[in-house]
Amino acid sequence: MALLEIKDLEVYYGVICALKGISFEVNEGEIVTLIGANGAGKTTTMHSVVGLLPPKNGSVFFDGVDITKQPCHKIVRMGMTQVPEGRHVFQELTVYENLILGGYLVKDQKQIKDDLEKIYTRFPRLAERKYQIAGTLSGGEQQMLAMGRAMMSRPKLLMLDEPSMGLSPLLVDEVFEIIKEFNNDGTTILLVEQNAGKSLAISDRAYVLENGLISLSGTGKELMASDEVKKAYLGG
Amino acid sequence: MEIITTLINGLSIGGIYAMIALGYTMVYGIAKMLNFAHGDIIMVGGYTIYVFMNITGHPLIAVAVAVVFCVLIGVTIEKVAYKPLRGASPLAVLITAIGVSYLLQSLAQIIFGSAPKMVQFPDIKPIQIGSLKIQVYTLITLVASIIVMVLLTLFVKYTNIGRAMLATSEDRSATELMGINVNSVITITFAIGSALAALAGLFYLLKAPNISNTFGSMPGIKAFTAAVIGGIGSIPGAMLGGILLGMVEAISYNIPAIAPYTDAIEFLILIVILLVKPAGILGKRRREKV
Repeated sequence: MALLEIKDLEVYYGVICALKGISFEVNEGEIVTLIGANGAGKTTTMHSVVGLLPPKNGSVFFDGVDITKQPCHKIVRMGMTQVPEGRHVFQELTVYENLILGGYLVKDQKQIKDDLEKIYTRFPRLAERKYQIAGTLSGGEQQMLAMGRAMMSRPKLLMLDEPSMGLSPLLVDEVFEIIKEFNNDGTTILLVEQNAGKSLAISDRAYVLENGLISLSGTGKELMASDEVKKAYLGG
Repeated sequence: MEIITTLINGLSIGGIYAMIALGYTMVYGIAKMLNFAHGDIIMVGGYTIYVFMNITGHPLIAVAVAVVFCVLIGVTIEKVAYKPLRGASPLAVLITAIGVSYLLQSLAQIIFGSAPKMVQFPDIKPIQIGSLKIQVYTLITLVASIIVMVLLTLFVKYTNIGRAMLATSEDRSATELMGINVNSVITITFAIGSALAALAGLFYLLKAPNISNTFGSMPGIKAFTAAVIGGIGSIPGAMLGGILLGMVEAISYNIPAIAPYTDAIEFLILIVILLVKPAGILGKRRREKV
């Protein structure tokens, strides 16, 4: 059974139709990527799945439960979270406070301590800057913080919206490396990216989103080999 | 000696303003709205104290009931009047808040009449140290407001709910993504603000024991001024603005030449601050999100 199943999702901004009925699924343990150009509906999809933007029609199932039109905080409680586009760390709070907020739902203090330790070990830069205000971190550090913060709740499904945006090539590699690690540790990943090459390379499966519709789907390798994808997203 | 008395008076008025200003600023920061009915919660608290002083004769019982009642009223107003407007234009919310303010004032007038009521507090002799004479109630106000401010600061900084409040004021969607129910955070904010307003009602009554249905208007508008001077949305800003305004008020009252213009001077400070530093003394100019 799919961990996340989206059926005929239609989303409107006022009268403008941003998603014209898309269906896709993410199975447990997979890395699935949505690629597409600006305005194709990638972020809309992400927001809609996590309950920040209620869909007009269609349904979203998570772990077999219908979560369509549930409020975001309830959906997050069920075990999925998102690293939003533009990172959205709490700029005026410290690194530590950001991470603690990520573990807001966790009641077990020991788990919080262990996970903090894990994140500080994985991202030594964050450990060095524990009590620094997050707004003063570099873009790369903020991305690490956003990813660490999301992992504090130990989600079954982690969604990442353009995690490589605005980062240097070296950091982009690092981000994809981390995503693979999270996945190896058992977290299912739904990724939205404009960096099609890098994301397809680590994906089990992928979908191409075009003007609010899914135009292509297949395994990461298949799509990388596809002429259409090559021409439109991989620069020939 | 008179300087010290003025100073203590200023700090205690400032403490009252700060307590009210905290309600304005927290609600503004977290719910993104100006709750112009906040001043009238002070009035509700004042009348509750009046009623329960008459029944029990005990100020502590009266203020405890007032705090509980104001929290209930504040949370109910939020649920009934403001929550349905979440996402509506700020102007609609503002007009609703003004409507709620008039509703509370009119209800108070219907229930208690328009003649001011006098609240009788136990008489306590002022403390005399040398030639220095301090009213005990002034001292209580001062100490209580300091305790409240310290507790609130600790609460916001070190508890999960406090951090959730800061997070909500900065980024509502990201806060939801942490699994935090932003609506509950807003409810808690209204509850805290209303409790502070009830306390402010008590301390204001201790200074001026007559209450009418517009009892909360002047302290409300002064505290709002304090919140804006300090930087609306900023908790330390509200404290600073409140104390500052209280000091100015006490000092100005003590100089006969300018005493009649005290209110004007206070609002003049607001205008000057807005011209020089539009975001307020401790306010940050936030980047507008697209």
